[in-house]
Amino acid sequence: MSAALETAVTAPAVAPAPPLLEVNNIEVVYNDVILVLRGLSLAVPQGRIVALLGANGAGKSTTLKAISGLLKTEEGEVTRGEVRFGGERIDGTDPHLIVRKGIFQVMEGRRLIADMTCLENLRLGAFTRSDNEVKRDIDMVYSYFPRLKERTGLAGYLSGGEQQMLAIGRALMARPKLILMDEPSMGLSPLLVKEVFSIIRKLNEELGITILLVEQNARMALSVASYGYVMEQGKVVLDGTAEALATNEDVKEFYLGGHGAERKSFKNLKSYKRRKRWL
Amino acid sequence: MDWSLLLQLTLNGLIVGALYGVVAMSFVLIYKASQVVNFAQGEFLLVGAWVCWWLLTDWQLPFWAGFLFTLAFMTLFGMILQVVVLRPLIGEPVISVIMATIGLGIFFQALMKWIFGVFAKPFPPIFAAEQVSVFGLQVQTVYLMSLGISVLIMAGFAWFFTASKHGLAMRATAFDQQVAQSLGVSVPKVFAMSWAISAVVSSVAGVVVGVVNGVSSALSFYGIKVFPAVILGGLDSVVGAVLGGLIVGLLENWAQYIDAEWLNWGNMYTIAPFYALILILLVKPYGLFGTKNIERV
Repeated sequence: MSAALETAVTAPAVAPAPPLLEVNNIEVVYNDVILVLRGLSLAVPQGRIVALLGANGAGKSTTLKAISGLLKTEEGEVTRGEVRFGGERIDGTDPHLIVRKGIFQVMEGRRLIADMTCLENLRLGAFTRSDNEVKRDIDMVYSYFPRLKERTGLAGYLSGGEQQMLAIGRALMARPKLILMDEPSMGLSPLLVKEVFSIIRKLNEELGITILLVEQNARMALSVASYGYVMEQGKVVLDGTAEALATNEDVKEFYLGGHGAERKSFKNLKSYKRRKRWL
Repeated sequence: MDWSLLLQLTLNGLIVGALYGVVAMSFVLIYKASQVVNFAQGEFLLVGAWVCWWLLTDWQLPFWAGFLFTLAFMTLFGMILQVVVLRPLIGEPVISVIMATIGLGIFFQALMKWIFGVFAKPFPPIFAAEQVSVFGLQVQTVYLMSLGISVLIMAGFAWFFTASKHGLAMRATAFDQQVAQSLGVSVPKVFAMSWAISAVVSSVAGVVVGVVNGVSSALSFYGIKVFPAVILGGLDSVVGAVLGGLIVGLLENWAQYIDAEWLNWGNMYTIAPFYALILILLVKPYGLFGTKNIERV
């Protein structure tokens, strides 16, 4: 995928105001030797949903962890470049302090505290707050996810969809300015994926929360995002408005699957032809 | 059959067992939060009891003041121990950490003997009436205080872990440190806090036992009694620790009764809990309340 798309022909999107989150040319190294991100840059404007797409192993999750600081818990390090949040440099800051600045990562696989109840998970989301409006916010979360209110058991026994909703609800409890969402559609049925994404859009519109969304389900992601980046091997190889990306031929081929007449047969793809047949 | 002796021993078992439970709880707290098997738990009792004794006798403080100062001291003591000794060992092999806590135990054991001598010293009397009568049984007032304090601490733990956000954060850290950090919890702070709370709670037990039996290095045996209690209950369960403590306390005293009435071996008191431990682990290898992980496939 070489053809870089010119930054959106019809883009009133990126206004001159500095973006809420700015990642400039960062390089990430794990265990001092494994280079995962090689000069990645992206920007997330205030109040938008930005999608980060790419194949497995492209470095999407690593990008999110570089922003949230969780890289530190996995022997990773930002060795070059900078991450700015609201103009302030945050790379190298401990993850628990970054949460207090207003960035909350919903990690891949929901990562709830399985042996706590729904309510305890939600209250834990508000750990960084010291105001006394936690109760009100719990009701607010219940208004977005009514079925969580009926679940009184342990979070570990919730269904996959409910767990994802609880993970998002827990993020809301921290009153973040920016939510980093890693694969919210993972392991969910198509119907639930739709539901989760409609909630993501609602949160963005009603609460004004900025969202950086990492997704395998590119079609869904581009349907809620206003801007998108495509990553490959630790770099951004393509970026543009969501509409532009959704109609881009390369993106269609690699992430969305071909359409109608131009649909390619799998037989014509070399990698499939070479694969050993069993019958 | 001597029914009044049996009743008396059962009551003793409950009182001593509650104390074991309290110490076991504080042991589990450290184990859960920071994955450290603390072999110096008994020395927390010892240090706390000696500090309180020193404040009451040398400084002539009233009991409540000496007690509060002891708690404040032990908070700092636990925290400093974690920060200075155990924090640098994070990520080191389990065996190194165990050696470090064994070393701490020996060090404080010796330090206390060096400062305060090797003989048991009694606390100044705290209650006017030495004994009160409960349902016809003569019970020492200090025993009642001991039971009261144990129950109070247990209620405090229950409140802390379900209602306070720091308790929730501690449980989250025990469950998954990375997730805890992603929620804004500072893991080093949680570690320090767990050691502080553990030291404070253990020292309360130390003071109580000291008031009953006098202060001596025998106090650190409570640290060893904790193991059957904790393993019985399941290493990572706070409720299990309490019940394990009660079971060990009761078993000890009932074994003593059987011994005194029929066997006359003279040693059942100490070993009975360990026999029971083996039997229970044969049936339930995780202990009575040890959690197997919840897994959705």
